Amino acid sequence: MVGVLRHLARPVWQGAGRLTTPLLPDDFLTVVDPLWSARWPAGRVEVVRAETADATTLVVRVGRGWSGHRAAGQYVPVGVAVGGVLHWRTYSITTPPDGSGRFAITVRAIPDGRVSTHLAHRARPGETLRLGPVQGDFVLPDPPPARLLFLTGGIGITPVVAMLRALALRTGCRPDTVLVHSAPDADRVVFGGELRAMAARESGFTLYEHHTRREGRLDRARLDALCPDWAERETWACGPDGLLAFAERAWRDADARHRLHLERFRLPSLAAPGSGSGGHGGRVRFTRSGVETDADSATPLLDVGEAAGVVMPSGCRMGICHSCVSPLSAGRVRDLRTGDVHGEPGDLIQTCVSAACGPVHIDL
Amino acid sequence: MAAALALAQPEADAFGQELDRIRAEVLAERGAEDARYIRTLITVHRALEAGGRAALAVSLLPPAWLAGTAMLTTAKILENMELGHNILHGQWDWMRDPAVHSTTWEWDFPTPAAAWKHTHNDLHHTWTNVVGRDRDLGYVALRMSEDQPWHPVHLLQPLYGGPLLAPLFEWAIALYDLEPEAVVQGRKSVRAFLGDLAGMARKAARQFTKDYVLFPLLAGPSALPCLLGNLTANVTRNIWAHTVIFCGHFPAGAESFTEDEIEGESRGEWYVRQALGSANIDGGPLLHILTGNLSHQIEHHLFPDLPSNRYAQIAPRVRKLCEKYGIPYTSGPLPRQYASTWARIWRLAIP
Ligand SMILES: Cc1cc2nc3c(=O)[nH]c(=O)nc-3n(C[C@H](O)[C@H](O)[C@H](O)COP(=O)(O)OP(=O)(O)OC[C@H]3O[C@@H](n4cnc5c(N)ncnc54)[C@H](O)[C@@H]3O)c2cc1C
Ligand code: FES
Repeated sequence: MVGVLRHLARPVWQGAGRLTTPLLPDDFLTVVDPLWSARWPAGRVEVVRAETADATTLVVRVGRGWSGHRAAGQYVPVGVAVGGVLHWRTYSITTPPDGSGRFAITVRAIPDGRVSTHLAHRARPGETLRLGPVQGDFVLPDPPPARLLFLTGGIGITPVVAMLRALALRTGCRPDTVLVHSAPDADRVVFGGELRAMAARESGFTLYEHHTRREGRLDRARLDALCPDWAERETWACGPDGLLAFAERAWRDADARHRLHLERFRLPSLAAPGSGSGGHGGRVRFTRSGVETDADSATPLLDVGEAAGVVMPSGCRMGICHSCVSPLSAGRVRDLRTGDVHGEPGDLIQTCVSAACGPVHIDL
Repeated sequence: MAAALALAQPEADAFGQELDRIRAEVLAERGAEDARYIRTLITVHRALEAGGRAALAVSLLPPAWLAGTAMLTTAKILENMELGHNILHGQWDWMRDPAVHSTTWEWDFPTPAAAWKHTHNDLHHTWTNVVGRDRDLGYVALRMSEDQPWHPVHLLQPLYGGPLLAPLFEWAIALYDLEPEAVVQGRKSVRAFLGDLAGMARKAARQFTKDYVLFPLLAGPSALPCLLGNLTANVTRNIWAHTVIFCGHFPAGAESFTEDEIEGESRGEWYVRQALGSANIDGGPLLHILTGNLSHQIEHHLFPDLPSNRYAQIAPRVRKLCEKYGIPYTSGPLPRQYASTWARIWRLAIP
């Protein structure tokens, strides 16, 4: 019966499309409830819960367009309208996949962070978020290894808490699990209460909190003391750049780099300060055409592309007609009219009034 | 003809800088409120369209026919101008929402959005009212400027320029966007033309089937009134769009230019030309929304990519600036502007 219905749904939908053309039936559904849209997958914030002074958990109910997630530890691109503008950021899902039609993320507000301050401080139940397809390989194998170590810092606990929650749901034999978590102090441990309760309840789970205010940064000696067999454990690490750099070094020195799995919350190349602010241009790559060329900071990317033989859409060439808008896939650009430097992956930029500001990838 | 183009370049540039400041202010303020405006309008359109279709499905009942036709007509007018025209201009691209974006939007018009964006956003807005450059100056078929050469066929323009053109406006635009005359003049290859023609035909077929076959069939016993309701909605939208658009550049006061006049034009001078070549329609908020804010044609031509809901706000300042620099600001109520446009069509029909 269900199979028959599914068989019928397609032609019915296509027929409906003949009636709504040039719009799609989806365009009508989405104004009734964004969660009904399959074209622009969306979710609605159901619960907002403060975890610490600057971290907030959002429970999101997903719409029919969302493809779901595969394993604890993965992350989801979230589209958030801030000041009317849609911004995309990725957040680790903190709940294991459970078929409930809901997931949770926990966001820590970064000072001046456009999206994180909104989600952590201003989001309210009822707010609609766009959702992208879940991604990420920072997951446990199935079955999990017999002994494992989690090394986390700050908000980097998020993918790991999803794994811990998934492990706690497992029936039968659970792995011997150690979590070394670094945070400024006990109050700032996101999920502190839950983790401590879990450690008290589960015999196979050991929690070490490392409080940097008092003890300074985590180092090799401290790690040896907390978890002497760390190099033999399959390890998942997530946290600030400093912690991950330390882990990479330590595990490499111990010849155990292959046992260390890392999750970064920002790409080191794009995070480097100054990479987007200098007055010079950069190398421009037109990803679909496979063309690479150098650009200075005063020449519109439209001219740069054309000079390199890329088929560039264009029109007025003076910033008014938007015939030239193209997807930016990496890097930042300078608006030649205002001097503003802007750009996030996925932005549609006007190539005729944008110049390269550091290395740039354009999806043309 | 364009007397005020004689404005010295430094003055024109000062005028341009003041306009740039207005633009910058709007950009700085643009935000959640504006986004809410366009999203509300999209919701209103979809509700009116769905309501209109539903009522027309039972339009054997006269009140249903009236209500359905009125809703569908309003929906089509909103969809065409305040939504389609303005979204395709990129006025809402700043929201970064691919669902409301100039590169993805498609409208309820036979001409594909891409074809229209080329002839309108690019050619018309860049070369506004320049004889020989702006095809919209008479749409190749009409003589709307003394600087355009006269042909005997123009004797008939009072006939084909209005009574024939207006009800069929959507189809005329579809043909026009194919740039058939460019093929004759060798500026467009036959191959490109045929490709565009096929694209237009595909879309037009879907448009036609929807309004004149599928919805009437679904209406069963109400098939005929439903078809007539759809026809009324399309024709009314066409006549309205034709009226608004003709009042935008052709009433007395809206000037045209020659290619010589715009040689080496600076950004400031471009602004001056846009102000001189456009004309506004006076009216209240409802009129502005129904014209897609093309009643603020001057503001639209100065800032084609500012969100339309902001034109009314900046119009008084633009008008003051024009006064300050001695640039005529052409504006009047709809009947007057329309009569004035027709006077021009008649006058230029003869040599
Ligand atoms: C795979 C993945 C998973 C993630 N999971 C989570 C999560 O579970 N919870 C969570 O809170 N965040 C998570 N993030 C980070 C998140 O995607 C955003 O980068 C973060 O919320 C900042 O966005 P923003 O708009 O507030 O900052 P922006 O306005 O983009 O930046 C403001 C300033 O903060 C700096 N900055 C940007 N990102 C970071 C960062 N991650 N750390 C420190 N400084 C930064 C910028 O350089 C800039 O100076 C994850 C990122 C990735 C790639
Ligand atoms: S080509 Fe016109 S906006 Fe870029």
